[in-house]
Amino acid sequence: MNIRYFKRGFVAELAIAFAAAVSSKALPVNYAAQAYASEPPQVIEIKAKKFEFSPSTVTLKAGQPVILRLTTEDRTHGFFLKPLNIDADIEPGKTTDVAVTPDAAGEYVVICDHYCGIGHGNMKLTLNVVQ
Amino acid sequence: MRNRLDRRSFLRIAGTSLSIGALYSAFAPLAHGASNEIIRKSLADLNGEAPAPFSFIQLSDTHVGFNGPPDPLGTKAFENAVATINRLKNRPELVIVTGDLTHDADSTEEHARRYRLFKEIAGKINGTQIKVVPGENDAALDGGAMFRELMGPTYYSFDHRGVHFIALDNVSGGKPAVGGDQLAWMKSDLARFPTSAPIVVFTHRPLFDLRPDWEWFTIDGDQVLNALAPYDNVTILYGHIHRENFHQQGNTRLYAARSLIFAFPDPATPGAKKPMPFDKDRPFKNLGLRMVTGEAKGGGLQIEDVELSMNEYSGTVGMDQMLKHGKGDSADE
Repeated sequence: MNIRYFKRGFVAELAIAFAAAVSSKALPVNYAAQAYASEPPQVIEIKAKKFEFSPSTVTLKAGQPVILRLTTEDRTHGFFLKPLNIDADIEPGKTTDVAVTPDAAGEYVVICDHYCGIGHGNMKLTLNVVQ
Repeated sequence: MRNRLDRRSFLRIAGTSLSIGALYSAFAPLAHGASNEIIRKSLADLNGEAPAPFSFIQLSDTHVGFNGPPDPLGTKAFENAVATINRLKNRPELVIVTGDLTHDADSTEEHARRYRLFKEIAGKINGTQIKVVPGENDAALDGGAMFRELMGPTYYSFDHRGVHFIALDNVSGGKPAVGGDQLAWMKSDLARFPTSAPIVVFTHRPLFDLRPDWEWFTIDGDQVLNALAPYDNVTILYGHIHRENFHQQGNTRLYAARSLIFAFPDPATPGAKKPMPFDKDRPFKNLGLRMVTGEAKGGGLQIEDVELSMNEYSGTVGMDQMLKHGKGDSADE
């Protein structure tokens, strides 16, 4: 599984380009690097607001690098998925990119882990990883 | 739940004073033998008082202000728990409340009102010190500002009859974390104690990964547990999960308490976290408080999570009357 998350900027863009190559556990490093060299990863935009993520379900293909591009419409939210080692903050006025290459099919539940109000506990996103 | 602990466990638990009279049994052996006397004296020097028998109670997740389908009775369980404590023959010297004193509110005025109501109800506990830590409902939206204004600091330590208590805040930063500053403070606070010192940590969220997708974890909880690992007698009390739970990591024992508003299911339950439904015939089912009782002669120790009864609500004040209020609040923890 490849995971990298960061605020966008010069260093961040550089990191996107090399994220899979430097951190892949599921894929051979050379394979991951080639994948990024031949085609840029798909970017999936996800918006957060009290107390939902939109879209609420995202489907990914195992072994395929993607960038989850996170923004918030109101206040700070979290984007947390323990099994994939994702723990990002989504702050107002900023874009947070999470680079991920899922390596195993399954259904994962992303939660907001930055308390945002009375309905916070219901703020979830389902990540479906298919073969 | 009623656990009869073996001798080894008894000493460990008793050493952390988690009991009514348990410390008497635990520290009685320390009075004999030169090395034990040194430890006893050392603790007395550090804490200002030698270990002595006492008891305390843990309450958790009172959620004052909540009113919804999983518990349409509002503060009734909390009031019932206060009455239960006041009826105890062995008076607890401390009542510890492990967070979510209030249910979050849309306005600061309403939230402040809920704090005042918490203090009013808790203030009816007779002759007992009350020590609190915040839950995310209390302190996560404003960084703990209202909690500090109305209740005091969000983390602190104190000594009571030879036991060192540490209150940890793992909510007010917004995320489930203790944070570097507080962790450094805790390490500094611990540094003056020998590894044999009895230590009780109380906090809101579990300090280990109990069920991360239900937000039952603390991001840097492992750092807290690592800092506590050298100590022989550590008990951690927490809330947040609205049910009993026991977990052991090395020498450290972690206990979650029932809530006083509604219960959540077993963390082994697959799927989403949903409150246990309200049972009109048993309105306080799975709600209650923790008491630990020990026998003075050291014959055993019982940890008891006490489920509240509804006896006092029968008769003229019937369940139907009490169910008439309620506006359907969110069942967040």
